[in-house]
Amino acid sequence: MSRADWEVVIGIETHAQLKTASKIFSGASTAFGAEPNTQACAVDVALPGVLPVLNKEAVAHAIRFGLAVGAEVAPRSVFARKNYFYPDLPKGYQISQFELPVVSGGGLTIVTSAGSKNVRLTRAHLEEDAGKSIHELDNSLALSHGRSGIDLNRAGTPLLEIVSEPDMRSAEEAVAYAKALHALVTWIDICDGNMQEGSFRCDANVSVRRKGESKLGTRREIKNLNSFRFLQQAIEYEIDWQIEQIEDGHAIVQATVLFDPDSGETRMMRSKEDAHDYRYFPDPDLLPLVIDADWIGKVKADMPELPAAMQQRFQSDWGLSEYDAVTLTASLDTARYFIDAGNLSKGEYKAAANWINGEIAALLNKRQININDPEVPSPEELAMVISRIKDGTISNAGAKKLFQALCDKRRLELESFAKQLTTASVQQIIDDMISASDLRQMNDSGALEAIIDEVLANNAKSVEEFRSGKDKAFNALVGQIMKASKGKANPQQVNDLLRAKLSS
Amino acid sequence: MSLSLDDVAKIARLARLELTDAEAAQTLGQLNNIFGLIEQMQAVNTDGVEPMSHAVDVAQRLREDRVTETNQREAFQSVAPEAEGGLYLVPRVIE
Amino acid sequence: MINASLTQLASALAAKQISSVELTQLFLDRITQHNPSLNAIVSTQPERTLAEARAADARIAAGEAGPLTGIPLAHKDIFCAEGWASTCGSKMLADFVAPYDAHIVTRLKQAGMVTLGRCNMDEFAMGSSNETSHFGAVRNPWNTQCVPGGSSGGSAAAVAARLTPAATGTDTGGSIRQPAALCGLTGIKPTYGVVSRYGMIAYASSLDQGGPMAKSAEDCAMMLNAMAGFDERDSTSLQRPAEDYCAQLQQPLKGLRVGLPKEFFAEGMDADVRACVDTALAQLRELGATTVEVSLPNSGLSVPAYYVIAPAEASSNLSRFDGVRYGYRAPEYSDLNDLYCKSRAQGFGAEVKRRILMGTYVLSHGYYDAYYLKAQKIRRLIARDFANAFEQCDVIAGPTSPSVAFALGEKSADPVQMYLSDIYTISTNLAGLPGMSVPCGFSPSGLPVGLQLIGPWFAEARLLQCGHQYQLATDWHTRQPEAFAG
Repeated sequence: MSRADWEVVIGIETHAQLKTASKIFSGASTAFGAEPNTQACAVDVALPGVLPVLNKEAVAHAIRFGLAVGAEVAPRSVFARKNYFYPDLPKGYQISQFELPVVSGGGLTIVTSAGSKNVRLTRAHLEEDAGKSIHELDNSLALSHGRSGIDLNRAGTPLLEIVSEPDMRSAEEAVAYAKALHALVTWIDICDGNMQEGSFRCDANVSVRRKGESKLGTRREIKNLNSFRFLQQAIEYEIDWQIEQIEDGHAIVQATVLFDPDSGETRMMRSKEDAHDYRYFPDPDLLPLVIDADWIGKVKADMPELPAAMQQRFQSDWGLSEYDAVTLTASLDTARYFIDAGNLSKGEYKAAANWINGEIAALLNKRQININDPEVPSPEELAMVISRIKDGTISNAGAKKLFQALCDKRRLELESFAKQLTTASVQQIIDDMISASDLRQMNDSGALEAIIDEVLANNAKSVEEFRSGKDKAFNALVGQIMKASKGKANPQQVNDLLRAKLSS
Repeated sequence: MSLSLDDVAKIARLARLELTDAEAAQTLGQLNNIFGLIEQMQAVNTDGVEPMSHAVDVAQRLREDRVTETNQREAFQSVAPEAEGGLYLVPRVIE
Repeated sequence: MINASLTQLASALAAKQISSVELTQLFLDRITQHNPSLNAIVSTQPERTLAEARAADARIAAGEAGPLTGIPLAHKDIFCAEGWASTCGSKMLADFVAPYDAHIVTRLKQAGMVTLGRCNMDEFAMGSSNETSHFGAVRNPWNTQCVPGGSSGGSAAAVAARLTPAATGTDTGGSIRQPAALCGLTGIKPTYGVVSRYGMIAYASSLDQGGPMAKSAEDCAMMLNAMAGFDERDSTSLQRPAEDYCAQLQQPLKGLRVGLPKEFFAEGMDADVRACVDTALAQLRELGATTVEVSLPNSGLSVPAYYVIAPAEASSNLSRFDGVRYGYRAPEYSDLNDLYCKSRAQGFGAEVKRRILMGTYVLSHGYYDAYYLKAQKIRRLIARDFANAFEQCDVIAGPTSPSVAFALGEKSADPVQMYLSDIYTISTNLAGLPGMSVPCGFSPSGLPVGLQLIGPWFAEARLLQCGHQYQLATDWHTRQPEAFAG
């Protein structure tokens, strides 16, 4: 049998760290990268006698997510203890939500090569992150002698665990889901989305069944995938492995596995037999979380326009392609930049889209920065560049040079910390740069005619060839004229004048 | 119902308590006596009764999202059985 | 001076008849003299204590004293206090010097009270006889062959023997009231949420509540004034206007309706206890109260429900004691799992391990509904019983304990018998209600008997009024064990 005879079923659980200043149950900082255990307060270290108090902002973020995915926000939800022993879990239990989560239902639209589809969400619940076990460290004698180190700085960081239904049928769909979810949580600003730092981590539940089979296959859970590439690779490997096992006559055993990026393989962490018995029960230290309609209303009023709505608007109001609309809503920052540049250029949305998906995308890629970086020309500057093309002051080629000059100027100022204070408007600055770099198009037809006459006089052979029917000769003449004008002639004007002269 | 030695071994494992065979046997007898007492609950009909997790019927109070804690690593690790370089140390964790 | 009430001590301090240093030294000397025969106090730090007393004297001299400033007390070893070994009666925490103060430790410090030392207790507050302490059993000052009750047995014995004017205690299923009864003291467990649990090492979080143990209701009221109040660090701490628990003490009991649960008076109570309780009820009627029979039909299920809920919560609360960040770590182990299993097996005593195992069992897969959920439902029924009863009465009265102090070792081999000694106190914790024990006489063998008073939510002031008015008419609370008079 080939892979085409099999159906793949994938569900994804995502842990998104919520963007808060302090932890979910304590007043310790959540900032990343501090010295070990310097951001682990008495509650995070689980000293005897300490107690948790819930962070309001973490709850607000959960509500925001619930509204963004069209889910139900529970008027009353309950925190439960998930009991297990692990050195990075200081209390011996994780405070999570079990029977009554804060968010239920909802869905997310994903787009793949096959088109778009809705992935249903089961639930999203609040919980605390664990600390970290460190196995290797420079200069540590202890760690080299069979010890692991425990850093509890991350312990207690608020998490939203988002659980999908098993609605995905390929690694491609799984990645599209993860990307759409990532875009959404960063869009609504509840998660910084930094996957290297572990702010957004996915577990994938993968099973396979023969096409037409109604019963789900036994699933294996791939834990802690912290890049889209690993998610893709791990699922692809797992699918092949499971199909091979079954075709070789082996049954799949429910298990938790880890993906090894070096080998590209998954390996077993624990089987169902030694699965934990978590002994969930309502946390007696925390009372039921009550969310009233008033609060939900306030969060709703504060919600930005969501990417799906924005994509629709870009296409219907401003005539953008679906591709442009999707790329421009990859992040809220990009969308805001686009809208600002389009508005400031007095409606040149298509041109703004082309610039963002062209020159700016190239700049971001080359410099590995995001669109808000001070190296990137502002929307106002881009709008002015577009306006100067529109009014014929500069050519497209000149505009690219001008854009490059703007980038160079910004980098120079950043490097020298010498941003000059100026009261000049962006328009003045850009017009000065156009003059200084001599980018202004030659719009004086008298001067241009003189150049054309000179070129025609010096290129009699080309003129002869054109008249004998060789169109290529026309382009050669245009090239000569542009060169003679030092690139400042308006190409359209050159075309028109040359054709008129040659046909006279 | 009554517990078996296997049950005792299983819950001791879950609770991370080492028990000798003699302790397990003694514990089994005591737990069965205690559960004899606890089983009295089963005689009462509790259909439709809402479970009571808290002594008071109040909603969770919420804390403003502010950093209020400072670094106390030195004080906390002064009572740790084993710590080095700011880390708590344990036997190597294998995943 | 050793028999003086807190009010009398405050007056003496204010009048400069005695300094806090002198008063403190007096009690430190009594601890040195008498504690060896009682084992009520597990640690003292005289230097630190006297420094606190000097600071209190300075406050008094500066005219900045409150009603408790300069008065010594002892803390149950369950409350974390910076610079004090806070052991919870366990080998697990034998060397644990807390790096922070519990809320009530801070509050009593702010009030200017001077810490004499730390009181022995049943390990992790699990026990009714103070025999499960890693630091050895506490003896009852009225008869040193008998237990003082538990789990706040050290606090009770220390106050009864006049080693301290007052002490703090905690009550999860009767741990303030039962030892108060067995040692002839007054002790009150407030409504759940009135006293912050922050820094109080948890046994069963939904039941635990701290409170004062002292000679009289008036002393308890003064202490509670300092201990009660909202704490933002405890999610279950209730936000209420501040209350003066002394304000109502002088009001007569005329018109007070006292409910007598027929289930408490049916059977199981020793005749000696019954006789004293009946006399006390007659006394309350003489003071203007009326008595009415009420019913708490599910109270018989309080012990079974409690021994599901409390161990379940405890099994989880005690998971943090894993030998990693603080506390006992086994000297030898083969790997991480072995470190956990050995540290916990060696660090915890038999009763604690038993309750952890029970709690683990009732929460484990397949048993949750039959035990934990069932117990939570019965808890609801018990709370409803009280709500119904309080429609007919203002307070409920009955025995605190079915018997007077029993002999050391008498029940320690039989957990079920031990558990049943809290049969009258446990239901109050399940319902979250305030409960108090006041001394109401002695058995023919010379052991104290306690009268329990239970109120609706937030009726502490009423209970204290009731206790104080009773104590104005009786002198049981002034009796002192002869062996420790000198």
